[in-house]
Amino acid sequence: MYVAVKGGEKAIDAAHDWLAEVRRGDPAVAELSLAQIREQMSLAVDRVMSEGSLFDPDLAALAIKQSRGDLIEAIFLIRAYRTTLPRFGASRPVETDTMQCQRRISATFKDVPGGQILGPTFDYTHRLLDFKLAAEGGSPETPTQDTPDLAAERKPHVMDFLNKDGLIETAEATDDTPPDLTREPLELPANRALRLQNLTRADEGFLLGLAYSTQRGYARNHAFVGELRIGKVAIEMDIPELGFSIEIGEITVTECETVNQFKGSKTEPPQFTRGYGLVFGQCERKAISMALVDRALRWNELGEDFAGAPAQDEEFVLSHSDNIQATGFLEHIKLPHYVDFQSELELIRSIRTAATAQADTRLAAE
Amino acid sequence: MSDYNFAYLDEQTKRMIRRAILKGLAIPGYQVPFASREMPMPYGWGTGGVQVTAACLTPDDTLKVIDQGADDTTNAVSIRRFFEKTAAVGVTQATTQASVIQTRHRIPEEPLNEDQILVYQVPIPEPLRFLEPRETETRKMHALEEYGLIHVKLFEDISQHGQIATAYAYPVKVEGRYVMDPSPIPRFDNPKMEMAAIQLFGAGREQRIYAIPPYTQVVSLDFDDYPFEASKAEGACALCAADHTYLDEVIVDDDGGRMFVCSDTDYCESRRQAGHVGAQGTPMGKDAA
Amino acid sequence: MQLSALSGGFGNAAQQSATAFRAIMNVMARPGMIETLDGAVPPKGLSTAAGSLLLTLCDPETKLHLAGDLDSQPIRDWLTFHTGAPFVPAPLADFALGAWDDLLPLTQYAIGTDQYPDRAATLIVELPALTQSGTTLTGPGIKDQAQLSLPALEPFQSNAALFPLGCDFFFTSGDKIAALPRSTKPETPPCM
Repeated sequence: MYVAVKGGEKAIDAAHDWLAEVRRGDPAVAELSLAQIREQMSLAVDRVMSEGSLFDPDLAALAIKQSRGDLIEAIFLIRAYRTTLPRFGASRPVETDTMQCQRRISATFKDVPGGQILGPTFDYTHRLLDFKLAAEGGSPETPTQDTPDLAAERKPHVMDFLNKDGLIETAEATDDTPPDLTREPLELPANRALRLQNLTRADEGFLLGLAYSTQRGYARNHAFVGELRIGKVAIEMDIPELGFSIEIGEITVTECETVNQFKGSKTEPPQFTRGYGLVFGQCERKAISMALVDRALRWNELGEDFAGAPAQDEEFVLSHSDNIQATGFLEHIKLPHYVDFQSELELIRSIRTAATAQADTRLAAE
Repeated sequence: MSDYNFAYLDEQTKRMIRRAILKGLAIPGYQVPFASREMPMPYGWGTGGVQVTAACLTPDDTLKVIDQGADDTTNAVSIRRFFEKTAAVGVTQATTQASVIQTRHRIPEEPLNEDQILVYQVPIPEPLRFLEPRETETRKMHALEEYGLIHVKLFEDISQHGQIATAYAYPVKVEGRYVMDPSPIPRFDNPKMEMAAIQLFGAGREQRIYAIPPYTQVVSLDFDDYPFEASKAEGACALCAADHTYLDEVIVDDDGGRMFVCSDTDYCESRRQAGHVGAQGTPMGKDAA
Repeated sequence: MQLSALSGGFGNAAQQSATAFRAIMNVMARPGMIETLDGAVPPKGLSTAAGSLLLTLCDPETKLHLAGDLDSQPIRDWLTFHTGAPFVPAPLADFALGAWDDLLPLTQYAIGTDQYPDRAATLIVELPALTQSGTTLTGPGIKDQAQLSLPALEPFQSNAALFPLGCDFFFTSGDKIAALPRSTKPETPPCM
């Protein structure tokens, strides 16, 4: 006797209980605290904040813990939370000139006013597993360095030096309110502000792949890292009731400005052009990728040819960059589709029957 | 969930969705862009339908949620629970008792009445998307009523396979103007779309809402010499003997033995309660296990 | 701003606007149908139905045009406090509110574009009375035909001829509401 499967509710409850159990892992091992995640997995926290579009290290740490370290799942938790938050207003544009840099490098000049600061980078580590880290309880052997007084010195943007000589395109200031893709449906063609918003929320891996493709010749744009800086910037907000702006906090951001070779086009003189990346937290792979993709997407306004490369294709890039959209749609094929599959079965059977009958008729005729 | 607003969404978001629904009803079959929000469930799992339902629900509503025609499929259970928690609405599995029905992939067999609203979950709202991936192009085609491409596709099916090889998400033309994706319902359900209830379609990831008012003309695309056919598996339901319903094929043993049963579980159960017994069914009450 | 501007909104916005929207959606989906729409207590001169409609649909993201006598300071204050909708001239309006003669000519309102026909104005027409009689309506949402006491015929026929472009209309009177989307075809009743 056939009885249709029932019990979806029970199955879901049981799955959730099981998930809670494996999330905790072996109870003999101490449980992770949010502070531990925030302090010791800080680059994961930064990625969740940047792609989750919400600067809150504690919430990001919670999301990472809840998602068992699946960062896209953690980003999803943050996005779903973020969308329920009330909006009080928009901050003033952040002044990255006044950033307290913990890292600041330029690849285009040997030295620059304000100096190059390597900061806490993996760049020159030899990628050898450090078994000392496996021994728990050890603190860093090297004495804490004298941290330079980071706030002391204002560090001008390297790109401004090129600008003074007129060798790089001028990025015109504008007072236009940028569009907000979290409040309005994406409409194409997009302007640069909207593209940048999309890119800063975009999946790091997707942007990395696109940026890499430009380097390998799919719309190559000859990028140099004019400047990469990471550090804290103040967030200021105009308070209409007070009539002036106040600092409401500070956030860490990574900013990358690329200098791109440009021989000139039908509309623009030969000069260097710009690509721009700005991301929450320390996410320099993402910021550099963003700058390269930004530059590739600017082909039209610079009068360049569309080479048919994926990184130049605004609709392609903007429609597929969001990992929450992508993972949701990709994974939805796990859901039952048996009704549609049944209709396909019937169709295939019907087409096969017709084809077989035709073949039989042909055979009979021969 | 007491921290969240009635039906989860904040009021401003609901107003934005409600305005889109009204424009959708005023322009039947046209896809209205809306600023879809991130929901606490994945894109592709019904976020569009959930947002439309959230914007429509009143505290007096009775909600039914089906996936593949069944109330007990896991995603249907999950969505129904979401609204039980966030909107405290009554829920039901009985089509006739529901005032709002959210569905994925099916239209209930029981004809809907004027007091009901059917909300579809839509993955890809653009009927021309698989012929032309660019939104900028398909939007122009709709504007110019340039639907040659889709007719060419259907015609190629006929020349290649002897019939139109689209089994579900079979495109329709609404009120003689917009070609519309009916969501991935089997084409068996297409003729039901001319109904007394309001039909709303929500595509969250693709940020589109569209609608069909009651009694609106909905025509499945076809050709004079190859008319549209609402097909289903041959035969009758093994449990309730219905020969006019959409059937699921169920594999019942290791040898691949199979049987056909109604995909609309509530409809099947109602029939069995009314005394209909299929070839492999037993009268109701005896197989309560 | 008068104190009275602060009262008369929805006491329970989430639930009252949900109930109100159901009535609004029903009439838009079924041209000719008349529903009760209440909940708001708007200032004098503005009907209960129109006030409730505006509270349900308008906010700082919708541009609102007030025509004729309804463009009064008490009504402006009330709408500003409860919706935050900015006031604009007719051609920029998402929603326009007024008596029929004050709203004319219809040609001044947005009718949408070929690619975005939804970017069209919705007009809220305050009428002295609203009955299921007069002009015969056919089209989507109507089983065979419906009747509605439209304030005119020709402007609505011209509007319908623009389909899929065109304006959409709500008619309000006291606590009653009806609608006429651009998809509806109005005709003179044959007996007249």
